[in-house]
Amino acid sequence: MSSLYEEISAPPAAGVPVRRVTLNVNGQDRTVDVEPRLLLAHLLRQGLKLTGTHTGCDTSNCGACTVLFDGRPIKSCTMFAVQADGHEVQTVEGLATQSSLHPLQEGFKEEHGLQCGFCTPGMMMAAKALLESNPNPTEDEIRWAISGNLCRCTGYQNIVKAILWAAEKMRGSSN
Amino acid sequence: MYPPRFNYESPKSLAEAISLLTAGGGEAKVLAGGQSLVPMLKLRFASPEMLVDINNIPGLNYVRRDADGSIHIGALCRHEDLEKSEVIAEHQPTIAAAAPLVADPIVRTRGTFVGSVCHADPQGDWSATMIALDGHIVAQGPNGKRNIPARDFVTGPFQNALAFDEIAIEAVIPAPKGDVHGGYLKLERRVGDFATAAVAVAVETSGGKVIRAGIALTGVGGRTINANVAADSLVGSALTIESIARAGELAAAAAEPRSDHRGSASYKRHIVSTFLTRILNNISESTVKAA
Repeated sequence: MSSLYEEISAPPAAGVPVRRVTLNVNGQDRTVDVEPRLLLAHLLRQGLKLTGTHTGCDTSNCGACTVLFDGRPIKSCTMFAVQADGHEVQTVEGLATQSSLHPLQEGFKEEHGLQCGFCTPGMMMAAKALLESNPNPTEDEIRWAISGNLCRCTGYQNIVKAILWAAEKMRGSSN
Repeated sequence: MYPPRFNYESPKSLAEAISLLTAGGGEAKVLAGGQSLVPMLKLRFASPEMLVDINNIPGLNYVRRDADGSIHIGALCRHEDLEKSEVIAEHQPTIAAAAPLVADPIVRTRGTFVGSVCHADPQGDWSATMIALDGHIVAQGPNGKRNIPARDFVTGPFQNALAFDEIAIEAVIPAPKGDVHGGYLKLERRVGDFATAAVAVAVETSGGKVIRAGIALTGVGGRTINANVAADSLVGSALTIESIARAGELAAAAAEPRSDHRGSASYKRHIVSTFLTRILNNISESTVKAA
């Protein structure tokens, strides 16, 4: 049991109710005490030290904080950590294994799908959700799927190529 | 940004949720998808003492068509569920057209249809479809259920007709009496932006004539606008170039747009008449083809 508020040295004020929640993050059960208003993005980043999930706009616009919640992409800045009790969360840290990158990570590397990298974790999680439901997407379908994720560097062109690259590799490896 | 502090409850039944709202005495708010409520909390536009999270109540996530042809959308049905629903794709063209245009694909996995109607944002998409379709909201409170027609449900910007101890548990689209046609067109500056203007249309035809029509406008007034005069002008005859043009003018006249960074008032009126004409032309062509 790790207490989020011990780790960030900011315990909730006296009298503020705290809830104990258990969620599965990247395959591992984590139990934490959270104040109800704590956002899932903040639990991941500050409480669990999984800083791969970025918070950009903080108003559910930019999609940098996209994670998979029970397999569906959500904006983790627009959901409370307490709501994740009993659910599965996948973050960008869950993509690679000890020995190899996920095809999406390889694709972003091969096709130069990032410049500053801020939007990249959200892009990859949105893309992962797409490829799980549609292993052979068209370029247009990819553009639709990432239309909730903003990138201010690339002009999206190489992100689309990176996802196409990953899709092809993933189809190849499943044959 | 942190929301203000609140107490959190996650009831497992509607009865429990309603008793929490009743105990809250108007200071408790229902949390469904949260895609509007959470940003409102963070921006401190709302500061309820308690959030009643209904996500753990079983039996609220559905979209189904009953034998009589009516369509029922449960309180936890997400926008994406409607976008992917075969029932909607086959039977409800107005909702099918609007579903992919709500917010962005990631918001759509979480936000709910019923929650969006309750949020009553003048720029929200679903209130317009509900008014065009003459749907109703089923509200459940301590004294049972009641139906609230969509046209009376939104009482002002971000205001609805629910009592503080009621939960909107379902949206219902009544059974059609004729062939179902419809559409939804929205202009937005980019994906996920609020509508500059949008138009929802639902038309039922029989023997080539319009027997029922509903038109509602998004983003061109202090609340969703029911363009019923424009809609009524279509009833009783076939869709013609003249009747479509006239409805376009009447709908533009019904709009109450304000000039802002999304465009001038006259531009928005123009969009309304253009979109309505476009949707009605499509319907007219498809009814001609079918005949």
